[in-house]
Amino acid sequence: MNFNLTEEQQMLQDTATRLVRDGYSLEAREQHSRSEEGFSRAFWQQLGELGLTAVPFPEALGGFGGSGVETMLMMAEFGRGLCLEPYVQSVIYAGGLITQLGNPSQQRDWLPRVASAQWLLTVAFEEAQSHYHLNDVQTRAERDAEGWTLTGRKAVVIGGHQADLILVSARVSGESRDEHGIGLFLIDPQAVGVERRSYQTVDGHKGCDLYLSKVRVANDHVLGEPGQVLAALRYQQGRAIAAQCAEALGSMEEACRLTLDYLKTRQQFGMPIGQFQVLQHRMVDMRTELEQATSMAILAACCADQVDSTERSRTLAAAKFIVTRAARSIAEQAIQLHGAIGMTWEYALGHHAKRLVMLSHQFGDDDHHLKAYSTLLDVA
Amino acid sequence: MDIHFTAEELAFRDEVRAFLKDKLPQDIADKVRLGKHLSKADHQRWQKAQSEQGWYATHWPVAFGGTGWSAVQKHIYEEECAVVGAPRSIPFGVSMVAPVLIKFGTAQQQDHYLPRILNGEDWWCQGYSEPGAGSDLASLKTHAVRDGDHYIVNGQKTWTTLGQHANMIFCLVRTDSQAQKQRGISFLLIDMNSPGISVRPIITLDGEHEVNEVFFDNVRVPVENLVGEENHGWTCAKYLLTYERTGLAGIGVSKAALDHLKRIARLQLSEGKAMLDDPLFRAQVAEVEMQLMATEMSTLRTLAAAKDGGVPGAESSILKIKGTEIRQAISHLLRKVIGPYALPFVEEELDLDSPDEPLHADYSATLARQYFNLRKLSIFGGSNEIQKNIVSKMILEL
Repeated sequence: MNFNLTEEQQMLQDTATRLVRDGYSLEAREQHSRSEEGFSRAFWQQLGELGLTAVPFPEALGGFGGSGVETMLMMAEFGRGLCLEPYVQSVIYAGGLITQLGNPSQQRDWLPRVASAQWLLTVAFEEAQSHYHLNDVQTRAERDAEGWTLTGRKAVVIGGHQADLILVSARVSGESRDEHGIGLFLIDPQAVGVERRSYQTVDGHKGCDLYLSKVRVANDHVLGEPGQVLAALRYQQGRAIAAQCAEALGSMEEACRLTLDYLKTRQQFGMPIGQFQVLQHRMVDMRTELEQATSMAILAACCADQVDSTERSRTLAAAKFIVTRAARSIAEQAIQLHGAIGMTWEYALGHHAKRLVMLSHQFGDDDHHLKAYSTLLDVA
Repeated sequence: MDIHFTAEELAFRDEVRAFLKDKLPQDIADKVRLGKHLSKADHQRWQKAQSEQGWYATHWPVAFGGTGWSAVQKHIYEEECAVVGAPRSIPFGVSMVAPVLIKFGTAQQQDHYLPRILNGEDWWCQGYSEPGAGSDLASLKTHAVRDGDHYIVNGQKTWTTLGQHANMIFCLVRTDSQAQKQRGISFLLIDMNSPGISVRPIITLDGEHEVNEVFFDNVRVPVENLVGEENHGWTCAKYLLTYERTGLAGIGVSKAALDHLKRIARLQLSEGKAMLDDPLFRAQVAEVEMQLMATEMSTLRTLAAAKDGGVPGAESSILKIKGTEIRQAISHLLRKVIGPYALPFVEEELDLDSPDEPLHADYSATLARQYFNLRKLSIFGGSNEIQKNIVSKMILEL
């Protein structure tokens, strides 16, 4: 057992820390958030140039062969800086699916562009009725002589407003919630029949709903065996969850740091408010939640790239559950301990609070993962 | 970063498992698993088995007859013990007074007391709390006045766990009433058979006799029983408390309790199916299991950080809070599994050898009592609120 970082990991962490510190002041973030793209294209390209977007890909496919631990180290820094780039969607989730399901020519054509940040991909797996269940797919894919035609609507596609290509899950057979019959299609958002309704999200990111009306997809843009991709979707969502837990961790650390600083400096009744025991204990509660969340983020990072198993699924569900609960608790407590200043747009804390709570609305909230864990409960 | 045990640690774990399989008496394990009464003799039998193996004093350096184990090895040992139902070692001798003697005691004190702890000759209890000194320990009033080669001790200690079995007690006593609170306290070793000592049982809400009041009426204690310097006992007290907190997370004990919970929740029925298949109940089990998973990981991280430095710092206060909350949560679910059979209060059923058929199941009689007994977890060893004060001061620097 060893929780130390290797020299390479330490360097990676330092690089990410420096990049975020230099490029992501709160003011800069606000500008990126308000821009049409909703993130910083320059920062995204910087991640590509420095190889950070290549880290999780296998060496054979032009990556650095990084594990979940490397991803965790980067994501925690992105979380600390409230970075807006859809790293999880493009690199971890979509990139992971192409790595897992792509044929050699798809891997060769697409992965270098994802790994170099030349392309920005995202995933469109939610639908209005799916509520985090990847098998609940109503969007239809019909086969014909030349390929496939997709029709349906995908919900809340983070990064979809700017993505070069979008991975869409669609049903090739069966009924709405069947586990079989789901296919994976890479669509060009500029293609005929694709409409996007873009919006800002509560936590300052951007996304869109995707309306697909007889959208043509060529055979070489079909990923994996149509009808058989659910296991891969779930596996890669597990990796995305691990990455997201690390992002939340960085944000929680920052929220705790800001709150502790505030307790030490804010004067009321002639003394720093951190002198009051009732506030001290709340701060200790936050610290305890952070400790638990840190443990689970590490555990998730260490099992994210393991071979699929019940044990892995269980651990990732537990991580998402614990981190989600901790994130909400820390967000709420941090605002409360700050008082009214925590409610303002111009102070960083509120943005962390929003990000921390909104993360639970992606890839399943605490109830979803409590159910998932409960189903997988080891009762042997 | 590697969250798995090393090959050496795994080999050690195998060695521990083999020892437990071989040397832990089955009747004792059954008593622990089913929550039956453990006698003094049971504790002594298990103590002897560990001593013979050389594995009783896990906190001590090798030179004094300890194992010299790393923090991780100690954790593995405690967890493996808990999982198979070995009773927890009574900590007052081996884990509390001994580390103090090793750190602050004279060579004579070490030579005299440490072997007697190893071979089970002495049963120690702890004389810290008083009626007016609980969380505010330093306000204690029991005092010792020097009279030639002796101290004369007068006062009262309380919540003295298993004091009814003990022949020795280590006490914090006031030796300078003029000094500031924490100064003027001394650490004394007192023979429980001294004239002037009386022990009175306190029956706790679960009907058990686990704690006592100890009264001191002009008790004469030889001056060589002073540990460390006179009026510097608080240093010993604080040092001991860090040892006390270490391991209070009770990961192994919680794992064993959780296994027990799942086992009986499969046997107990509700609406014609196992309690464990009731979605609401199952989700509560799942939730506490996830909390335990996180706390185990936090414990391992703390241990890894302390690997070279010995005793973990204030982080162990966080583990104490989380660990005790989890154990209490499991005891709550255990009580709920048996529904109305939580109610009967049948003393005889706490005996493993009771000749009567159990009213319901062999595990049921103890569950509600244990739930109440385990309220103590968030109170003793420094209440969880005191732990929060410690974290606030030591980690957050508020």
